[in-house]
Amino acid sequence: MDFLNVWWVYVIVSIIFLYVLAQSTVFLLQARKRALSLNFTKEQIRKTIISSMIFSIAPSLAILFGLVILTKIFGPMVAGLRLGTLGALTYELPAATNVIKGVYNVDIGSSLITPDMIVTALWVMTLGCIPPLLIVPLFLKKISKRFEQMKEKDSTWKNIMMDALFLGMISAFVGYVVAPVTNETTGETYISLLAILVLLTSGVLIIVFGFIIKKYKQEWLKNYALPLSMIASMALALVYALLGVR
Amino acid sequence: MKRSYQDQIHFEGRIWMLGALGLFISLPLFISIFTGVWPTMNKFLPGFVATAVIFWPVTTIEVFTFTPMLGSGSSYLAFVTGNLTSLKVPAALNAQDALNVEKGTDEGDVLATIAVASSSIATTLIIILGIILIIPLAPILESDVLKPAFDNVIPALFGAIGVVYITKRFKVAIIPILFMLIFFLFVPGSGGLVGIMVPVGVIISITVSRILYKKGLIK
Repeated sequence: MDFLNVWWVYVIVSIIFLYVLAQSTVFLLQARKRALSLNFTKEQIRKTIISSMIFSIAPSLAILFGLVILTKIFGPMVAGLRLGTLGALTYELPAATNVIKGVYNVDIGSSLITPDMIVTALWVMTLGCIPPLLIVPLFLKKISKRFEQMKEKDSTWKNIMMDALFLGMISAFVGYVVAPVTNETTGETYISLLAILVLLTSGVLIIVFGFIIKKYKQEWLKNYALPLSMIASMALALVYALLGVR
Repeated sequence: MKRSYQDQIHFEGRIWMLGALGLFISLPLFISIFTGVWPTMNKFLPGFVATAVIFWPVTTIEVFTFTPMLGSGSSYLAFVTGNLTSLKVPAALNAQDALNVEKGTDEGDVLATIAVASSSIATTLIIILGIILIIPLAPILESDVLKPAFDNVIPALFGAIGVVYITKRFKVAIIPILFMLIFFLFVPGSGGLVGIMVPVGVIISITVSRILYKKGLIK
């Protein structure tokens, strides 16, 4: 991966990061302007920005964990770019494995990995997740129009359907928590009680925050109840693990 | 003629997204040009097919699953910055719920865009910091003590979101949740299939809610 540790890779990656930051900033400023015209207050917008940023800290730290893994193959710049844009570790690692292990039969992290393996893996990772970048610009307007028409027809159903959409995603991830996991070192497969306990802790914490918001009229907490529940339950995961839960 | 807000979003969103597409492809392209290392077809094709056969359908279905949740503005951004399920969609949801704003409305869309943009900026800056500090950070991030916290981001996130939505629409939630619990418990290797199961969950929950709505059991 040393051949990727050169100045021009830093330049290309920096340009892409700047592009993503610029797009986010432009969208944020335009949405803020629109929000003000829709009668949101500056204070509401400010709180939304801050709470969204705070909420993003814990999942972003988990992305850094993936960064450490991918850095061993692609170096920090390329690994960071892959994880900070389009991809996620759940996609990037299998894609890289399909090439390095699947095609070249070399272990991920091995010293036998050569530049042509890395370049091939990078091309596969890039082209393997290309569909949204083509479908969204080509079809989002049509999808949105269809959705608008449906909303106009029956607004009650629209509200139910929006909740159902989220519940579909939530149900998949709640189920995922009970999926048996395999210990990479021992090869032992087990259901993670720790994951179930963290799920339940996080659920209980948001109920407690909800109670505090209602009972003590702490409206400000509404924006922070989710990030706080999440961070506190992740912190408690450390305690549970120390107590021997796995 | 002046474009409407929505038309403007689609116009600019397309430009930004196609620009991002070009930049993302430019990375392997420039690496190949500058180093002279190009993938050979006999090595590229098997790896690409093995990847695309799973991820092309999954990422395609993701577009149709997540764009109605996010709205137009944030979709153009979220699909560039990625990490939809663990970051962008929950951030949008949290922002809308905190202000009791109806989803799928102009107000909901604009809040989702603010949340997704703020989340993207925060994540990008944290990753840039991570790249710069990778050497001192690596032993900390890989330490056995912190591993349980990083391994459990998904349960920590969906425990809290789950309670809010399951209690809100219990009748709709019960069947998809039971289905997923049984699926993930009993299907071998199901842990790697969560991306595929999200649209399955969406189809089940929409079907259940439509039936309940038609029968007048929910409103």
